[in-house]
Amino acid sequence: MAEKSETPILDELEKGPWPSHVTELKKTGYKGLLALYEQIYQDKMTHWAHGGMVGVPGYDAGVIGRVSDRPDILKDAHTFRIIEPAAWFYKTEYLRKICDTWEKYGSGLMNLHGATGDLQLIGIKTENMVPCFNEFAQIGFDLGGSAGDIRTMSCCVGPARCEFSCIDTLAIYQELTMSYLDEMHRPRFPYKFKIKISGCPNDGVAATARSDLAIIGTWRDSIRIDQEEVRKYASAGLNINDVCAKCPTEALEWNGTELKLNADDCVRCMHCINKMPKALRPGIDKGATILIGGRARGRYGAFLAWVLVPFMKVNPPYTELKDLIKKIVEWWDENGRTKERVGETIYRFGMGRFLRAVGLPAVPQQIIRPRANPFWFYWPGEVK
Amino acid sequence: MSTQQPIKLDFGVVHYDLMLPPIIKRNYGKWKYHEIIKPGILKHVSETGEEFYTVRAGAPKFASVDTVRKLCDLADKYCDGYLRFTSRHNIEFLISKKENIDGLIADLKKMGLPVGGTGNSMASIIQCTAWMHCHTAATDAAGIGKSVYDGLFEYFQRMDLPAKLKIAISGCLNMCGAVHCSDIAILGVHRVPPKVIDEIVSKACEIPSLIAVCPTYAIKPNPKAKSITIDPDKCMYCGICYGMCPGVPLADPKNDGVSIWVGGKVSSTRSGPMFSRLVVPYLPNNPPRWPEVVDVVKKIVNVWVDGAKKDERMGEWIERIGWGRFFKITGIPFTDKHIDDYVFAIPSMSTGAQVRL
Repeated sequence: MAEKSETPILDELEKGPWPSHVTELKKTGYKGLLALYEQIYQDKMTHWAHGGMVGVPGYDAGVIGRVSDRPDILKDAHTFRIIEPAAWFYKTEYLRKICDTWEKYGSGLMNLHGATGDLQLIGIKTENMVPCFNEFAQIGFDLGGSAGDIRTMSCCVGPARCEFSCIDTLAIYQELTMSYLDEMHRPRFPYKFKIKISGCPNDGVAATARSDLAIIGTWRDSIRIDQEEVRKYASAGLNINDVCAKCPTEALEWNGTELKLNADDCVRCMHCINKMPKALRPGIDKGATILIGGRARGRYGAFLAWVLVPFMKVNPPYTELKDLIKKIVEWWDENGRTKERVGETIYRFGMGRFLRAVGLPAVPQQIIRPRANPFWFYWPGEVK
Repeated sequence: MSTQQPIKLDFGVVHYDLMLPPIIKRNYGKWKYHEIIKPGILKHVSETGEEFYTVRAGAPKFASVDTVRKLCDLADKYCDGYLRFTSRHNIEFLISKKENIDGLIADLKKMGLPVGGTGNSMASIIQCTAWMHCHTAATDAAGIGKSVYDGLFEYFQRMDLPAKLKIAISGCLNMCGAVHCSDIAILGVHRVPPKVIDEIVSKACEIPSLIAVCPTYAIKPNPKAKSITIDPDKCMYCGICYGMCPGVPLADPKNDGVSIWVGGKVSSTRSGPMFSRLVVPYLPNNPPRWPEVVDVVKKIVNVWVDGAKKDERMGEWIERIGWGRFFKITGIPFTDKHIDDYVFAIPSMSTGAQVRL
């Protein structure tokens, strides 16, 4: 006689072609979590509850407390947040050690990866935290951020494997992460502060949408065009006129033999480069556009990040970038309310006041069009 | 019970130098161009002439250590021990020897991992933890994700969609799953105000900040009970109060469910970034396979495939044909919920007499 399944509802999610998370959950042998998940499906409501304060001594972040409201099924299953290696590159010997440690002290269930970027390890008991942390420490993996702090960052594949990348995303990620470990491990800010680094305006890590401070690679000069390669795309069947028609500023013209670009009209959107990567490349005077205030949800709804610095050179030792981040975070720390992300603080105070506070000029690239209402203030001393 | 102390603190992140394959180190910053040879397989060519291949596979975002070790086995066998993950939960095998591609793909097939997700395909679905591990979720993300993946499976392995198709799922309005800027977004919603549990609020919550955090000023002090009250006429079920106070839970099995949004994108290409816009305010939670949600998603994908020009993302297509026509051809009912009446409502209203009828 076939044994009756303990998870008849979840078993339905093992059917179908896509690899099943329920199968993975079963493979861990983590019966409590599986049973609680089944109960949640049966009741159509979560049984997870606020987790309270748990963590590794010396840190106030990096572990997310999770307890359930059905301790009869599973009492607690905290999350370990590990800072991911830049651009999520792993050598298997490290990944295997992570697996071994996580199997020894935790549930064996991994979340690859969390929304902010961290390697999230789901399900650890309070008493296992320090020994688990110490084993991770031995192979060099530290805890990431949580609560009101500078969060774990993320960056795209960048120059490691992409011809579009205008900045060294991995090096910037490494430098900024190592610079803000205290701010990451000991929350003291109004709310979270996320930094994401994308190598080009394709924005592979969704910095515009998902980070308080977005660093997006771009170039100041003109797109480089290899006319011979453009002709090859044309003879291979690519409709170059279609590519030109999709240019948002009509900066491209194709006469059948030559592609002309009006570089002054180009807004660096990447469409033509994406369509013809062999023929078109970003310019050579490279840097980044810095944007501020992106976030999901929020008090006023979601914000896409706003252009703050249209172009900044971003090279070691990254002094200009780090000075700017310091000024922004200090101003927000002083003026932000509880649970207010930096974009919301800026919205509440006005971009003009924010720009003055961090010492940045107002420039037309920050807006789509100027204001249409006559209501503004003058600063003390501006009107004599 | 352990009395151990951490052996060290604040040592930061492992240096990527230890994680990069030698071919990447040799060609770092020197890549010249790339091609997508077929769905899921990228070829990068360097100025030095070296060629480098990537095989992208879909995976369950939640994986067991057993499965991760098997991925390591494959990377050891075919990739000299190097792999990476993407921001959309894919695994990428990094291959310096072209002859290794076919063997790897065959082994991935045996493991049941699909290869694809490149170019004009359905990208892997962004998900939060939701019912698997979260106290604020109004629905599940991984369960809906699995169901939508199965429903659109072929599009992960093909690249003949009009443009990229990026889907995201978040269990609640916290939007950890990036639903605010995806082509199709599935968002768990609560529909009733939190229940105030005075004993917990009075003991565990900081009342002034709880009052201040409410975007619609629905929370008022209740000094008698050392707690708060919530005005049901003002509450719009956002759940930010529950995020900071365990005494105001809002999970409700009868009323919680799923909303569907379309037309968002993140990249700066063409139209620039766009927010996802509401199309279906509510569908019931119908676990384990959420058939109503899968049906609507498939319908939206089908009308986009039929109607969009090449390289038109969902939102770009809808902005061209007009939202009125989108609702007409999908047959999705348009309601008062679709008209924005929150803080930044005015720019989304139609002005002038340019009306598509």
